[in-house]
Amino acid sequence: MTPERLSITVAGSGGAGVVTVGNTLLEAAGSIGWYARMARSSGPQIRGGEVAATVCLSPQPIQSDPSHCDLLVALDWKNIDRFADEIVLNGHSVVISDPEQGEVPDSIRDSGAQCLAIPFKELAANAGGARVNMVALGITMQLARLTRESIKFTLEKTFHGDRRFTIGMAGVDAGILAALSVNRLDLPPAPTTSCSERWSITGNQAAALGALRCGVRFAAGYPITPATEVLEYLALALPKLGGEFVQAEDELAAVNQIIGASFGGVPAITATSGPGLALMMESIGLAVAAEIPIVVIDVMRGGPATGIPTKSEQSDLNIALYGLPGDAPHLVIAPTSVNDCLDAVYWAVELSEWLQAPAIVLSSQALGQTRTIDDKPPTREQKAVRKVPDQADGAYQRYQLTPDGVSPMTLPGMPGGQYTAEGLEHDESGIPSVRAGDHLRQLEKRRGKLTSFDYGDYWADIQGEGSTAIITWGGPVGAARELLARSHEFDGGLRLIALRLLAPEQPGPMAKVLYGVKRILVVEQSHGGQFYRYLRSCYDLPAPTRSFCRPGPVPILAAEIAAQLQQWNLS
Amino acid sequence: MKGESSQAFSTKSYKSGVKPIWCPGCGDFGVLASISRALTLLQVPPEEVAVVSGIGCSSRIPAYLNSYGFHGVHGRALPLATGLKLARPELTVLVAGGDGDGFAIGGNHFLHACRRNADLTYIVMDNQVYGMTKGQASPTTEPDWDLSQLTPGGPGMNPFLPLVLALGSGANFLARASSSDPGGTADVLVEAIRHPGFSFVQVLSPCLTFQPEQRKWKKMVRPAPVEATTDPVRAAKRLMTDDNFFVGVLYRGERDPYDESSVEATCELSSLESEFKIHDLARS
Repeated sequence: MTPERLSITVAGSGGAGVVTVGNTLLEAAGSIGWYARMARSSGPQIRGGEVAATVCLSPQPIQSDPSHCDLLVALDWKNIDRFADEIVLNGHSVVISDPEQGEVPDSIRDSGAQCLAIPFKELAANAGGARVNMVALGITMQLARLTRESIKFTLEKTFHGDRRFTIGMAGVDAGILAALSVNRLDLPPAPTTSCSERWSITGNQAAALGALRCGVRFAAGYPITPATEVLEYLALALPKLGGEFVQAEDELAAVNQIIGASFGGVPAITATSGPGLALMMESIGLAVAAEIPIVVIDVMRGGPATGIPTKSEQSDLNIALYGLPGDAPHLVIAPTSVNDCLDAVYWAVELSEWLQAPAIVLSSQALGQTRTIDDKPPTREQKAVRKVPDQADGAYQRYQLTPDGVSPMTLPGMPGGQYTAEGLEHDESGIPSVRAGDHLRQLEKRRGKLTSFDYGDYWADIQGEGSTAIITWGGPVGAARELLARSHEFDGGLRLIALRLLAPEQPGPMAKVLYGVKRILVVEQSHGGQFYRYLRSCYDLPAPTRSFCRPGPVPILAAEIAAQLQQWNLS
Repeated sequence: MKGESSQAFSTKSYKSGVKPIWCPGCGDFGVLASISRALTLLQVPPEEVAVVSGIGCSSRIPAYLNSYGFHGVHGRALPLATGLKLARPELTVLVAGGDGDGFAIGGNHFLHACRRNADLTYIVMDNQVYGMTKGQASPTTEPDWDLSQLTPGGPGMNPFLPLVLALGSGANFLARASSSDPGGTADVLVEAIRHPGFSFVQVLSPCLTFQPEQRKWKKMVRPAPVEATTDPVRAAKRLMTDDNFFVGVLYRGERDPYDESSVEATCELSSLESEFKIHDLARS
């Protein structure tokens, strides 16, 4: 059977140009009508550490990471043991390496993969001093049946047509020639007609773009892996759009800067990862109490503490949901795919602005640093709207109790609308108060505005009508979607509930989508089963429920979820 | 200039009427009066002023003024004000707080706000003590001050010299004032607000409840014997040799403020988005 998609991993030491090969393959495949996805895996060293780029090609949009690797091209074996867990080879896999880099390690050979030797280094030297990665690119291109024209076009763009391009193409051609001696892999044909407009974008770029589309014009941030690319895109784009980006001295400053900007009426965002989120927590609580709209994107990595900065996990769910001191209702939103990073952040900004509450968006390294070639995300015209009064008369009450809990918010500059935004508990006018009645009324207002809001169908992506429900969120949604395509293999079929809105919880809509379900599997990438515990505490789960949770960094695969369901049948 | 009576705003225009929580004799009353006096002298409409603060006795000040205000969390007033000023450059943004808020928990932001040099005026009411938590040593407390159970025998560390730190970190305007002279403090604040970039004003503002010795400050403060300098080297020398009781403007820097120009958009978002578009060889 012809596989529906092809998975290629290029691995080597940091600085060897592995990511350049991955990016070139991705863009080249895109230019001839393919869909593609590239996940990056790297160690902590900036240079000399291990890097792997896994590129997946398909005639259809790709939802998840591949279950195995069809082709592994190893530029060297220096740190391959650090990747062994993440590169799944089998008897159909092909491994190509340079004999000069030493023997194929046992862990690779034992997989039963067909191991072929091509002298990259020698070929590169004979091709006018081309870099080894360009030879690897040529080999991969030939085996994946990409066209030389597409590679040439992409490299020319990357290297702006300078000398590196000419030498690079010499290396590519040497690789193509060498690969002619290798049997072609059993690959799907390239799509003949290209369809809609497609984009090449990472989840982190998509997240930044979602914010900009929804009207964010101020951002502040402190560099942190794996969220920095969100900030980089904002820093590039905001000045061009008349906005402002600030690199702050720390995360405490970053979150307070966006609170200040938003108080001034400019929709504002920051992005960070777990350690930075922890530092921001107190001030996110300030945004709850003072009712200031802000959005904080957490691109999750392995934790706790410094954890595994370069790799993915879903273990910040607890801190995002419960990490604020006091009773502090806020929004927690999670994208369900790389592309959805755009819409999820857009929605977070929209909700935050309307509800005057902070929103935490839980992305992850797996979503943020994966690049996909996918259909262009649809444009939504509506921008974030904040309830700002046309005028104020001096008797203005900032925290006035209203039927929907959302009070009109004046902005500095408006005469008669002056007030002091308060982190202390306050009465309706904003004057600090320790009275029980004021505390209760403001608590209920702040909770009520979130719980009474109608979030519509966007709270979760529902797919399938089977009697086995898979409830999941974030990164693993892609694997679950892949499994849904095989729904018929499971007795009674499958139903996927991928939560986009994690807080406030939606028990009503959940009860509806769980109607008729006979069993529930909760899937997540955390060691402690944080999502399972959250579901147990917030939702009535009306059928036998099991937890499938395991930590990162290895992504959760469709095959693992399938195995969980099969075991359940047997037991 | 016309008389005050015919002006649009009087000191009353800047007062909210909310009754301060401060103890009798607190220096912060004088600072509150100085701020409204300075704003009256400047005739800034109250709605175009924002006063941002952190936590502590003096940080309660925004609620007592009839401007926009933000009473945030402990130590983070400067970044919050920075975000506001960069997003809304046309506003007059003041930051107010105490020595603990500004130099201990918020110390890192103090250094970086000086360095960033955004057009803010930072007023620190320095009483060398944490008043709100009932009298603990602050970064400006003398090493042998032993009235707190948290630091028996005194904190044992020399106090920060806030003006020296500010100068070394790049602040563009430095002054010391005394709450016992609201008129003089108001004049200093007017200059501080007018001066471009980051202006830092240390106001000696006694806490008679926990630092009763500070009652003497009124008699110890005196005008600086020399004119303010624009030379940071001279300013450093003077600050390192003064006894912390000279008041007046000490330094007027000439650095350009942090670029806050919310420039007009130079392109549409859609043209930025086109960079993500895949070039389709089959179509071209």
